[in-house]
Amino acid sequence: MKPVEVNLRPVVEVAEMSVQFAGEPPVIALDRVSLDITEGEFISLIGPSGCGKTTLLRVIADLEQATSGTAMVNGMSSHDARLARAYGYVFQAPALFPWRTVLANVTLPLEVQGVPRDQARQTAREHLERVGLKGFEGRYPWQLSGGMQQRVSIARALGFEPKLLMMDEPFGALDEITRDRLNEQLLRLWERERRTVIFVTHSIPEAVFLSSRIVVMSPRPGRIVEVIESQLPADRTLDIRETPEFIEIAHRVRVALHDAHD
Amino acid sequence: MTSAAALPRPRAAAATASTSHVLPVLTVLGALGVVWYAAAAWLNAPQVIERVLSDRPGWGLAELLPLTWSMERPVLPAPHQIALDMWRSTVDWPLNSPRSLLFHTGVTAASTLVGFVMGTLLGLVLAVAIVHSRTLDRSLFPWIIASQTVPVLAIAPIVIVALGSMGLTGVFPKSVISMYLCFFPVTVAMVKGLRSPGVMELELMHTYAASAGHTFWKLRVPASLPFLFPSLRVGIAAALVGAIVAELPTGAQAGLGARLLTGSYYGNTVQIWSALVMAAILGLALTGLVAWAEAALTPGGKR
Repeated sequence: MKPVEVNLRPVVEVAEMSVQFAGEPPVIALDRVSLDITEGEFISLIGPSGCGKTTLLRVIADLEQATSGTAMVNGMSSHDARLARAYGYVFQAPALFPWRTVLANVTLPLEVQGVPRDQARQTAREHLERVGLKGFEGRYPWQLSGGMQQRVSIARALGFEPKLLMMDEPFGALDEITRDRLNEQLLRLWERERRTVIFVTHSIPEAVFLSSRIVVMSPRPGRIVEVIESQLPADRTLDIRETPEFIEIAHRVRVALHDAHD
Repeated sequence: MTSAAALPRPRAAAATASTSHVLPVLTVLGALGVVWYAAAAWLNAPQVIERVLSDRPGWGLAELLPLTWSMERPVLPAPHQIALDMWRSTVDWPLNSPRSLLFHTGVTAASTLVGFVMGTLLGLVLAVAIVHSRTLDRSLFPWIIASQTVPVLAIAPIVIVALGSMGLTGVFPKSVISMYLCFFPVTVAMVKGLRSPGVMELELMHTYAASAGHTFWKLRVPASLPFLFPSLRVGIAAALVGAIVAELPTGAQAGLGARLLTGSYYGNTVQIWSALVMAAILGLALTGLVAWAEAALTPGGKR
């Protein structure tokens, strides 16, 4: 079965993009990378540390400047896309404001956008319900577990109702059991809403379980070595990790990563 | 409301902590009293022996001790003498009388509070300017530090006289000295506080395309509050010192500083001590005020 009914307009177009960091000698973080992402895809960027996967995400989000080449989001430059609030970004750490309640943390982007208070609270409540945190609105971040905090930050990233969600190793700091549960929740969220997701990870099972396409990258200089399509059934659960299909895709990712290193 | 049930717990813990603190505090107070009475007896004994007991042969410790604790101008007054003097000078006179200790306390408190408000505002403005301008950071900070190396005792008379010649007398010149001492801790703490948000928090605001104003009010200011309040506690105590020092060179008309000065003119040590104790009580009350404001303004904002 074909899980995604896509409108083929590219949400993200990265063309011949290079990023160099000053230094002696200069570090080439990304070397002429090109990647098109169409609406509704779940893309994972995977590779060893130093392969530029986070840099690629950050350039698309206009948190880092490309040395050459272009990154377009929704047909706009990444700079204009950021000003148009076209995406939600989830960082490696929850980065919640400790002086704000859970609800007030989720209303933050809406306040910045100028959404009226009552409407912002209403929207924030809905977002929290979508990540399974109904009833925790009045708590403070330090009263929640690490996994719950990261779910709050996902609810916060849904603030502008962005078509594009970028996640930079969001579950990297969590234990495996929590991580599995959050992976499943994230997959359900994606299935329901079909937002385009770009997900940075260095975990092969996580990438294979979540993604519709897996972009394998190699370090020094950062390049895309292979793009692997994954057509696992949409309503998959964690059990799928025991199936031959899953193991076969995971194997292909592992081989690509291995070849990249040689 | 499970969250509401979880929240009052720290307050209950604080209450039991404060009752368990009573015994140690009382123990220290008792020990202090014993040491104080002993010291008073030791320091006042030579005078008592010379003036009172020299013509009374055969005196013993039983006669000496009560006398050392009840002299009119002792070297070190006993606690009960100070307490009695404070009681008399607050209760026996109307509030507007220059003989009332509360009158002087009120004068000093007014200069302190006005100076504290001015100093805090100056400190905040300087901190915001320094955080937002690299040029000001480099050019202002050395001057701010240099300003604090000038002893306040030297600068206070100059400021009082200069402002007096411009026709400014009363509370304002004293507040300027308070401000001078008070702004520094606020500036230093707020520069640190306003710069405390991490790269990730700043980038988060960046992804929201937040304006500088939004980043300032929604991120930098709330993040700086844990730095602000301790500096205000230091600042208000410094403002009190500034106000008392500023009261010394004015010819001692009113205020706790004036009370200290007249006490030392006339060798009235009991009056000096009661003014000192009053200044300490005022200092505690003022820092208590800041602590109360902190508790009121940071709901649940605990890490």
